[in-house]
Amino acid sequence: MTNTLHRYGKSETFVDDYIVFSLPAKSKAAGQTGDALAAQKRFMQIAAEYKPASLGDALHGGSLRPTKSKSIFGHWGKRNKPNFKKVLEGMSKAGTMAAVFDSRANAEAFVKRIKEEDLGLSVNISSSIENAKNACKHAGIPRHSIAYSLGFEEVGDNTPGKQAIMLSTMCGHGMLSINLAQKMMSFVKENRRTPKEAAETMARFCSCGIFNTTRARRILEDVRVGVK
Amino acid sequence: MKINPAKCVACGNCTYVCPMGAIYIDPQLQRATINRDECVECYACYNGLSKEVLPPSTVRFVRRTLANFRVRFEPEPDVCPTTAFEPDQLEWPRVVRRAFSDPRVPHESTGVSGRGTEEVKTNDVTDRVGIGEVGFTIELGRPGIGARFRDFQEMSRALAKAGVSFEKNNPISTLMTDVTTGDIRTDILNEKVMSAIIEIKVPVERTEEIIRIIWDVEKRIPTQVVIGVGVRCDADGEENLVLPILEKLGYNPQRAKTNIGLGRKVIRDLTNAAPLAQPKEMVNA
Repeated sequence: MTNTLHRYGKSETFVDDYIVFSLPAKSKAAGQTGDALAAQKRFMQIAAEYKPASLGDALHGGSLRPTKSKSIFGHWGKRNKPNFKKVLEGMSKAGTMAAVFDSRANAEAFVKRIKEEDLGLSVNISSSIENAKNACKHAGIPRHSIAYSLGFEEVGDNTPGKQAIMLSTMCGHGMLSINLAQKMMSFVKENRRTPKEAAETMARFCSCGIFNTTRARRILEDVRVGVK
Repeated sequence: MKINPAKCVACGNCTYVCPMGAIYIDPQLQRATINRDECVECYACYNGLSKEVLPPSTVRFVRRTLANFRVRFEPEPDVCPTTAFEPDQLEWPRVVRRAFSDPRVPHESTGVSGRGTEEVKTNDVTDRVGIGEVGFTIELGRPGIGARFRDFQEMSRALAKAGVSFEKNNPISTLMTDVTTGDIRTDILNEKVMSAIIEIKVPVERTEEIIRIIWDVEKRIPTQVVIGVGVRCDADGEENLVLPILEKLGYNPQRAKTNIGLGRKVIRDLTNAAPLAQPKEMVNA
């Protein structure tokens, strides 16, 4: 589906947002053979070397997940940190595996490395058109295909609450509600949560792990001081 | 989805978490309640909320007592303090809500989790969208609005009237009773889903015509439409066929999903691959 494609925002707001994901061609008609899961495990292990902001397995979740606690103090103050190891160890079935980078240098270096690995998986970059173009150029790869997002027809630059939409659409499956994004924006404005805490709270709702906490923190910092 | 009234303490956290805004605190019942007509069975509440197992009666007593002093009991905003959400046994036709809304549930028809197909993401292997062709993904329901199948039918009928063919492996296509008219089975028309995607493929020269059809339908349906336009790049990795058409129509695409062409028919055998150095600390600071 198009869960990484339709993030709301202008090109410049994706300066720290690169989703690089791999997937095998599942249809029988495609005729792809080989051990896709093993290749995807290698893809994700390599991604972990390039300091990603997040790793995500569409089936099992991302590096920040909901938790359970029997104690009344279980969720006070200290919460779970992004855990890449859990993502890598939990991969049990080939599917969509994503690495989110918040640095151009790391994203481009990872793409170049993945080209050299020649795993045979389809690899896509979801970001601004320019970011993806530059990453391909850096790796010496001509782009194969491109899917343009034409944006939300009724959401414009002056739409009230557009920052809530920017946050909410970072989970393209829609698991992060606009109401929760607005609540977190209010919490940051009132200094009840730091942007980092608020971003991590939202990330736990993204079931495929592509929510970019770095971009979210930057948006929330803007919200705090009233930058539109 | 259902909320166990014996466990719910009406803290209100879940009312913000529901992407459809379908959960509210019923003033009479003093419990969180789900508007079942608006709920799309996405399980964001059940899967996304962290859980505690505090004793409900104690929590209610504390809440009431504190409220007398204008002090609010406030669990972390992403926690259900009493694990009150319980999955419901869904039956037809309601079960289609979950199939299109909970991304972890694969469609039986496609085997793909989510609401669409692989589109151009695996185009380097499938060659699904060739040179001179355009693959459209027409998604209804985002962001956080939802859509009913009658809305999809409005769109699919208009497209069918224009003589386009629907992607046969797409979940919406599998629910059509007649792909030549775009009719969707009548028993699900009122069912609401988070979002879903209609997929078609046309020659490049029909790009503008299709977009104008979408614009026309969009005015008649109570939800948002977001369009994805998938194309094949040329040998140099450039795409100069469709972008000028989009720009002529007033679009200025900012974001895209780029297939970088590394897919092969045979996935690399890693039996003798060099081992990777594992970072010692895999928990990000």
